[in-house]
Amino acid sequence: MRRFWLGVAAPLLALAFAVVVTSAILVASGHPPMQVYKDMWDYGTQPDSLVLTFNLSTTYYIAAVAVAIGFKMNLFNIGVDGQYRLAALFGAWVGGTINLPAPLHVLVILIVAMLVGALWAGVAAVLKNRRGVSEVISTIMLNYVATGIIAYLLTEGRLGVLAEGSNNIGTPPIPATGQVPGIDVSKLPGPSNGATSSIYGMVVVAVAVGIGYWWVLNRTRFGFDLRASGLSPAAATASGINSKRMVLYVMLLSGGIAGLIGLPQLLGESHTYNLDFPAGLGFTGIAIALLGRNNPVGIIFGALLWAFLDVSRQILDLEGVSKEIVTIMQGIAVLSVVIAYEVVRRYGIRQQQREVGRQLATDAPDLEAASA
Amino acid sequence: MSEQKPRSDHTPGGGTKLGLPTPGDVVKPIALQKRSFSFTGWRLALLIAGLIAVLSFVRVVTGAQQIDSAGTIAAAIGFAIPIGMAGLGGLWSERSGVVNIGLEGMMILGTWGAGYAGTLWGPWYGLLFGTLLGGVGAVVHAIATVTFGVDQIVSGVAINLLGLGVTQYLSALVWPTQPTQSTTIPAIPTFTLPGFSDAMKSLADQGIFFVSDCASVLRAITYDVPYTTFIAVLLLPITFFVLWRTSFGLRLRSCGEAPYAAESLGVNVYVHKYIAVIVSGFLAGFGGAVLATVLSGIYREGQTQGLGFIGLAAMIFGNWRVGGLAAGALLFGYTQAIQLRSGLAVHALLLVVVVLLVLMAVLFFYRRRIRTGVGALVVAGLVFVWYATTETLPDQVAYVTPYVATLLVLSLASQRLRMPAADGRPYIKGQDH
Repeated sequence: MRRFWLGVAAPLLALAFAVVVTSAILVASGHPPMQVYKDMWDYGTQPDSLVLTFNLSTTYYIAAVAVAIGFKMNLFNIGVDGQYRLAALFGAWVGGTINLPAPLHVLVILIVAMLVGALWAGVAAVLKNRRGVSEVISTIMLNYVATGIIAYLLTEGRLGVLAEGSNNIGTPPIPATGQVPGIDVSKLPGPSNGATSSIYGMVVVAVAVGIGYWWVLNRTRFGFDLRASGLSPAAATASGINSKRMVLYVMLLSGGIAGLIGLPQLLGESHTYNLDFPAGLGFTGIAIALLGRNNPVGIIFGALLWAFLDVSRQILDLEGVSKEIVTIMQGIAVLSVVIAYEVVRRYGIRQQQREVGRQLATDAPDLEAASA
Repeated sequence: MSEQKPRSDHTPGGGTKLGLPTPGDVVKPIALQKRSFSFTGWRLALLIAGLIAVLSFVRVVTGAQQIDSAGTIAAAIGFAIPIGMAGLGGLWSERSGVVNIGLEGMMILGTWGAGYAGTLWGPWYGLLFGTLLGGVGAVVHAIATVTFGVDQIVSGVAINLLGLGVTQYLSALVWPTQPTQSTTIPAIPTFTLPGFSDAMKSLADQGIFFVSDCASVLRAITYDVPYTTFIAVLLLPITFFVLWRTSFGLRLRSCGEAPYAAESLGVNVYVHKYIAVIVSGFLAGFGGAVLATVLSGIYREGQTQGLGFIGLAAMIFGNWRVGGLAAGALLFGYTQAIQLRSGLAVHALLLVVVVLLVLMAVLFFYRRRIRTGVGALVVAGLVFVWYATTETLPDQVAYVTPYVATLLVLSLASQRLRMPAADGRPYIKGQDH
C-alpha cells in the first residue's frame, strides 16, 4: 500500500514542481500565472476543445504504448517517430489506391500500416541481434532515413498527387469505404454537449491497444518474459528466456503499434498523407510513456493531460502569452517525473534495507542465545 | 528505469578496460593495436592524397567540376564544424560514461544564444553566449543523470524537448513581431592568405589532374576562412591532449570505463562526470552558435535540423576517438555541402563510391580475404550499374548519407568499434555490486 502511495505521490510532486517553475517563468516575463492557467482552463473545457483533446489523446495513447512496450524491457525504441510516419504514408497510399467494401478496406489499411511499422522497427532489431548495434543509435538514424524516404516518395509521379487548389502534395485521398466515421457526441449530456466536431471512431482501436497491452504484459507468458528481461536480463537468460528472440518480437510489436499512431488522424480526418501530416508524435509518445510510467492506466492520464495542455494552449497567443510556455512545462514535467520516480525508487530500497536490518537486529539475540 | 541495460557493442577481451596491457595478457592487446589502423604520419598523408586522386579521377572522367572545387570543400568544412563540435561534445560526455542524446537540444540553445547576443552586441558575444547556453542545458542533463542517476537516454530526450521549448518561448519574448527568427547577425572576420590563395585559385581553375585538386583544397583552407574554424579545429588536438595525455583526462576516461575502480583509487567520479557533461554542452552550444553566426548569419527556428544527431553519428563513426570523429565530421559535412552545391556532383559521387569499393576489393584480395573482396566487387558493380543507368540522383540520397553511413559502419565494423565500457550506466557512489 505504501508503494502505491509513493507511486502516486511521485508524479504529483513532479507536476507540482513543473507548475511552480512555469509560474516563476511566467512571473519573470510579466504575466500573472493564475490568469494564464484560468484562460487555459476556460478554453480547454469548452465542448469543442474537449473533443479535440480526446481525439489528440487517442493518438498520443497509441504512441505512448508503442514506446512503453519497448521500455518495459529496457529497449529504447526512439524510432517510433519514423515508424509511424512511414506506416501512415504507405497505409494512406494503399488506402487511396485500392477499392474494397467498407470494413475490409479499413482492415487492409490497418494491416499495411502495422506491417510497415513493424518492418521498419525490425531493421533495428536485426541490427541489434546480428551485429550488436545499440537500438538507440540505430533507431535515431532510421528516423532520419525514414524522413528521406518519405520526402523521396511523397512527390508527384511516385506516391504523391497534387491536392486540388493548393500546392500541397499528398497521397491519393482515401475513398469513403476506407474512412472511419466519427462518433457524434454533441447530443450526449455532459461536458461535450453541443460540440460541433465528433470524436474519432479509431478510439476503439486505441482502447483495444490499451487492453491488449495490459493483457499481454500481465496475463501471458510472453509478457512475463518481457518484464523479466527488463528487470534483470541476466536472470531472464538464466531462466531460459531467449533474449535475442525477445528483442525481435518486442521491437516488431512496438513498431506494429507505432504503425497505428497516424491512423486516427488519417482515417478520421485528413484521409491523405500530405506535407501537413503531424510529425514528432513518436517523441511525444516517449514523454507520455515516461509520465505514465509505462503503465496502461497511467498512460491514459498522461495522454489526456498532454493533449489537454496542447489544446488549451492555443488560446494563449490571443492573450499575448507565448504558447511555448506549455512546451517548457511539459519538458520540465517529464524530467522531474523521471527524477521523482528515481528518488522514490531509491527511497523505497533504503526503507526496505532498513526494515530488513531492523528485523535482523531483533532476531539476532535469539540466534546468539541459541548458539551459546 | 533499471540501471542495467545490455550493451553488446564493445569487444570482449583484449587488455584492461582502459586499453592498457595487463601482466597476464600482454601479447594479445599489442597484436590488436598493431592491426588497427592508426591515423598518423605518412599513412594519413597517403590516405588524403589517395582520396584526392580518386576524386580527381572522377572529376576528370565525369566533368563534374563541383565534386572537389574550392567552394565545395570550403562548404564541407563549414558544415563539418558544427557537426564536429557536437561530436566532440558527445566524445567528452561519453568518455566519462554519460550518453548525451541531448546534444541536439544544447545545440538549439547555442543557435538561439548566438542569435540573441550576436544581434545585440556582435558576433563574438553571440558565440560566447551560445556556448554558455549550451552549457546550461548540459547542467540540467548532469543534474538529472549524474546526481539523480536518471536514465541518460530519457534525460537526453527531455533536454531536446526543453531546448526547443525554451528557445521558442524566449524568441517570442525577445522578438515579438517575428518570433521564428532573429535579425541578421553581423559576420565575423575571415582570414585570407594574401597572394598564396589567389595563386592556388588560378592553379585550381586549370583543371590539371591531381594538381588542381590539391590546389582547390589549399585554396579552401586559405581563402575567406572564418576564425571560428581555426578555434574549432584547435579544439580537436586540445581535446586529445587533455583526455589522453593528462592525468585529469585519464581519470575522466576511467569514469567512463570502470567508475567503481576509479572510485576505489580516490577519483571523485561525480565531479569528473559533471565537468565532462558541461564541457560537452559548451562544445555543442559552440557548434550551434557557429551554425547560426557563420553558416546562416541568422538565427532561425529549427535550423539545426538534427545536426546534433549527425554529430553523435560522427562520434560513433569515429569510434569514440578524436581523429575518427574529425574524419566522420568532414565526411558528413561533405555530404551536406555537396547536395547544396550541385546535383551533377552528387551523381558523380556514385563513381567515387565505385572506385573506392574496387580499391577496397584489391586490398581484401591482397589480404587473402577472397569472399569479402568478391562481395565488395559485386556491390561496386551494382553501384556502377546505378550510375550508368541514371542521369541524376534524388536529393534525398545525399540527405540520408550520414545516417546510412553510420548504420553501415556500426553494422559492418561493430567488432572493431569500442565504446567506453560503462557508457550509459548510472553510477551511484559506493554501490558497486
